[in-house]
Amino acid sequence: MDFIIQNILNALQWGSFYALIALGYTLVYGVLRLINFAHGDVFMVGAYIAFFVSGFMLGDTLGLSPTVTFLCALPVTMILTSLVGVTLERIAYRPLRRKGAHRLYVVITALMCGLILEYSNLAVLGASRLKFPELIHKTVWNIGGVTVTNLKVIVIVTAVLVFLFLNFIVTRTKIGMAMRGISYDKFAIPLMGIPIDNIIVFTFILGSGFAGLAGLLFAMSYPILEPFMGMLIGWKAFIAAVVGGIGDIKGAFVGGFLLGFIEVGVVALPFLESTYRDLFAFTILLIILWIKPTGLFGMPQSTKI
Amino acid sequence: MQKYSLNVLMAAVAVLLLVMAQFKIIDNYIQAVIMYVGINIMMSTSLNLVNGNMGEFTCGHAAFMCVGAYVSSILSVLFFGNKFGDPIFPASMAVVVFPVIVLLGGAVAALSSILVALPSFKTRDDYLAIITIAVNYMVISAIENMDWIGGSRGFQGMKDTVWAMRDTLSAPWMLLWVILFTAFTIWVIRRFITSTYGKGVNAVCQDEVAAEIMSVNTNKIKTVNFMISAGLAGCAGGLFAHIVGYVNPQSFNILKSTEAMVMVYLGGMGSLSGAIISAVLFTGLMEVLRSAGVIKWVIIPLMLVLIMQFRPEGLLGNKELSDVFPKLKKFYTFK
Repeated sequence: MDFIIQNILNALQWGSFYALIALGYTLVYGVLRLINFAHGDVFMVGAYIAFFVSGFMLGDTLGLSPTVTFLCALPVTMILTSLVGVTLERIAYRPLRRKGAHRLYVVITALMCGLILEYSNLAVLGASRLKFPELIHKTVWNIGGVTVTNLKVIVIVTAVLVFLFLNFIVTRTKIGMAMRGISYDKFAIPLMGIPIDNIIVFTFILGSGFAGLAGLLFAMSYPILEPFMGMLIGWKAFIAAVVGGIGDIKGAFVGGFLLGFIEVGVVALPFLESTYRDLFAFTILLIILWIKPTGLFGMPQSTKI
Repeated sequence: MQKYSLNVLMAAVAVLLLVMAQFKIIDNYIQAVIMYVGINIMMSTSLNLVNGNMGEFTCGHAAFMCVGAYVSSILSVLFFGNKFGDPIFPASMAVVVFPVIVLLGGAVAALSSILVALPSFKTRDDYLAIITIAVNYMVISAIENMDWIGGSRGFQGMKDTVWAMRDTLSAPWMLLWVILFTAFTIWVIRRFITSTYGKGVNAVCQDEVAAEIMSVNTNKIKTVNFMISAGLAGCAGGLFAHIVGYVNPQSFNILKSTEAMVMVYLGGMGSLSGAIISAVLFTGLMEVLRSAGVIKWVIIPLMLVLIMQFRPEGLLGNKELSDVFPKLKKFYTFK
């Protein structure tokens, strides 16, 4: 029993990371119908930004205590990472959108931007891995044989809060209504006096900001940074978003946790080796997509004849 | 005259290359680059068949290359190596059996493409893209978990076949096979796309529903197209494995798929000559930038981003070379 609860907690933690990144994918997709393939690498950049920000704050010039650093690094990382996302949007995606290019070209651009981020990081910082400093003193609670660290709780709670926040923004606020409107009809929305570019920038701020948050939390949980850390987790989060039905906030959240549970479940099964994790995760997702091609919560798009 | 000029020219170049390789006028490095050009041509033209001509968006092409590489490597070691017991065939048979090995690798890769083809009946665009990525990861992960072929440590021993061929008759065999298979690939794709049956592929790209109404069996066309594309990629993988003499599942990861995609979009979607030209350019660029190291992977994506900004349709853009430069039609026709 303890074993099961322990694994459920682990699954929730991994699912939170996937959900946080998948929410970014799904936000951008929901508005622009664009798969922002660079999002996984924005997450990586977020982790690096968190490293440098907290390194600077802990350093000699400021000399803040770790807890204060965490509280200050959180907003700073989010702001800086969202700047990266907005920059990508400004220099890569917006010119293409203005020209009315086929969305395939935008997707290719996104893929290439991701590669540029990865390899320029590798070129600038070198292949050596970085060790993230410990910001929160790790407390381990032992409840009836189940060990819970405070970090795990923070991660899970954050993911749920971010989901509730984004769900509120998209469904209850005016700007969220504009976002849904753009995805519904891109050409009619400017006629209603809605500044389409501002809304899109706002979407990128939200998505990248939470990718930065995920980067910070991930770096705190697994304190080794390397340039390719965003690649696999980004692809998997994307898959999670698609399984949930891309473009749907709820879908991304559920998909992220589903993926977390599948992965941890495969590792936890006694007769399977942990190396089978990717194989099983991807196979199950393939089967889900095969049976329900639009994902769990996705609406089938009608094709015009 | 125009009918044969291109074929004669290509044959002449091939023979010239082979003779130069035989008499050591071009060294091993240049030979290797030429062979990579051939393999990249196979990869880009075969991906072009799906991404360009059929208008689907697959980004896991390296998965099929991986399947082809592993199947042909295992067969090669089984037939001529000592790893799995005594060789089945005598070494003198290597020259005859080798193309069969590569084709068998391609056949298995074609079968594995059904994994992608079946979901593609119901869905396309982003959802198909994700399915192909998932297949790419699945193939890599499956091979990493097979310990009897080395798992993530990789697999080697294919050089025995290459050496067996060399011992039979001293000639640049791998160069010969790469040139032959490249010509075979281009021939197959060209004949398929221009055939009446293959026009269904373009019809699916333009409008699937309309194609269905015009009595094109879209599901069958999709399956056939995916299988041809994956089969040719599998052949490319088999050749690649024999050139390098070592395969590792991680060398067929998403980065390799991205390379193939870069070549297709650089050349222009749906343009066979564009895919060939861009494969040559891309391989050349990779070799020129080899000394630059990591920076190479910053420059190449940056180039593609710029291409997408200023010439999004690629170099030739859905046209063949003879459409872009009509005067060339005086000199050659390509069927």
